[in-house]
Amino acid sequence: MSNSSAAGLVPAGSAQSAPAPLLRRILLQGKYETLAMIRNGEQLILAVILPLLALFGLTVTPLLDGLGAPRVDIAVPGILALCAMSTAFTGQGIATGFDRRYGVLRFLSTTPLGRTGLIAGKILAVLAVLALQLAVVGAVAAVLGWRPEPAGWLPGLAMLVLGAAAFTALGLLVAGTVRPEATLAITNLLWILLGALGGIVVPAVRLPAIANNLAHFLPSGALGEAMREAFLHGTFALPQLFVLLLWTVVPGAAAVRWFKWN
Amino acid sequence: MRSPESPVLSIEGLIKDVGPLAALDGKMLRVVNGVSLHAGRGQVTALLGANGAGKTTTLECAQGLQKRSGGTIRLLGEDPDLAGAALRSRVGVMLQDGGLPPSARPLPLLRHIAGMYANPLPLDTLVERLGIDSFSRSSVRRLSGGQKQRLALAAALVGNPEVLFLDEPSAGLDPQSRQIVFELIAELRDSGMGIILTTHLMDDAQRLADYVYIIDGGHNVAEGTVAELLQHGESDKDGITERTLSFDAPAGLDLRAALGGLAEGLALSEDRAGSYTVTGALAPEHLARLTAWWAEQGIMPASLRLEARSLEDVFLDISGRDIR
Repeated sequence: MSNSSAAGLVPAGSAQSAPAPLLRRILLQGKYETLAMIRNGEQLILAVILPLLALFGLTVTPLLDGLGAPRVDIAVPGILALCAMSTAFTGQGIATGFDRRYGVLRFLSTTPLGRTGLIAGKILAVLAVLALQLAVVGAVAAVLGWRPEPAGWLPGLAMLVLGAAAFTALGLLVAGTVRPEATLAITNLLWILLGALGGIVVPAVRLPAIANNLAHFLPSGALGEAMREAFLHGTFALPQLFVLLLWTVVPGAAAVRWFKWN
Repeated sequence: MRSPESPVLSIEGLIKDVGPLAALDGKMLRVVNGVSLHAGRGQVTALLGANGAGKTTTLECAQGLQKRSGGTIRLLGEDPDLAGAALRSRVGVMLQDGGLPPSARPLPLLRHIAGMYANPLPLDTLVERLGIDSFSRSSVRRLSGGQKQRLALAAALVGNPEVLFLDEPSAGLDPQSRQIVFELIAELRDSGMGIILTTHLMDDAQRLADYVYIIDGGHNVAEGTVAELLQHGESDKDGITERTLSFDAPAGLDLRAALGGLAEGLALSEDRAGSYTVTGALAPEHLARLTAWWAEQGIMPASLRLEARSLEDVFLDISGRDIR
């Protein structure tokens, strides 16, 4: 080789190999995945553009009239719930599905990061992107005249995080059990179906009877309703909290059991 | 079986069943059935076998990527199934499919992986030695097979591991990448790293390995240094070495007549029309007789090859199967 005289690869007296501290590994992975999500154009459309379009749509049409509050105040909590579904379910699901296809999950789990660190990093990335979405949607909504109930921030943010957890569990379950192409189809289709008919942005009472009954038990309907309860009335919605917990624990356990790493 | 001092990896009687979902008939399928091996520091240990022999599964069990169904594995003295970050930091892994995200660019990816370690190797040396700077602006999906393999090797090495697993390291390598990678592997071996690789290429094993385990049908069928394996059945009696002479010439030649009394004890055959092999304890006089006969007859062979046994012959002998 032409550069056989080059410096040895391993410097003399180099320290023994050791892992970086756990927290640093998770933060690094979270940062890496966050940047990957933000740089992905399709992801950005799903995470920011479509929710903003839906927000405009709901504030210029009379769809939410007659529900006892200004259109924008009813719309924004649901749009934030939609953001959680975009990022945690569709976005993270598709990314994880393809990472699995390309062996990225297997490779990273052989590094000090490990499987737990990898999952922790993904959750961190979901939360980071969700925070960015909250800032963008919140700013646009403020311009549109959104005046949330101040006491609603605590229950609202708590429910948003719980909803993100439920949708992350569901996204990982899909990504870990079917081919990435199927993950792409399933998570996009469900995003549209649940977005339109799942009670997430349009309250269940405004939906056709079947969807109305079903929506209360769906993660979309529960999160949408919990967010509206929080930001309209400043209250914790206990039934919805229970539904979301169930949608976190059951798919989470199923993902732990059936997730295929290769 | 050899037991090197302070083995970096010891596997005894490894068993791996897959299924029932992975197997077509809904039953469990035993893909590894009793593989045992030991790999030492400062050595390249090769697992040689055909596709589907169980090599990759054996490695993945050793790396903790798959849970074994039976047997024991000690990687740097620990059970890989119970391994934590400390053990993982001492072991570098290059997977068969690379395992690199297609949208990533080489340098940020290596920097990211380096961040998982407390004492990573200096990236500039690693990047220079593997020639990564020449394609550092491309995303992984645009790299050639050889470039991807070099990047995957860098990713496996960046934590400065004591043990390095390479699954089919020469797959997709162009001659230049192959040279770079093979020289680096030799250097790492000399620096004391324990290297375990799989390959289905005899040439790789012959060039790289200090010790070879031949795996077939999920278990060991032979082992030894390359030299030891080549001696397998090589010299019947009195240390006579069997060689094969093969050449291409016009069809229908009578080799027995050509060699006369010297033909005794040799296997003569015309495998295809005009494609001849002569196998046995060939001596210089056989060659002299044959070439003199060609000169008499005005025959000039289109090709001519003389070989001692190759590792491939050994493999065929042992497994009765072609390795490719």
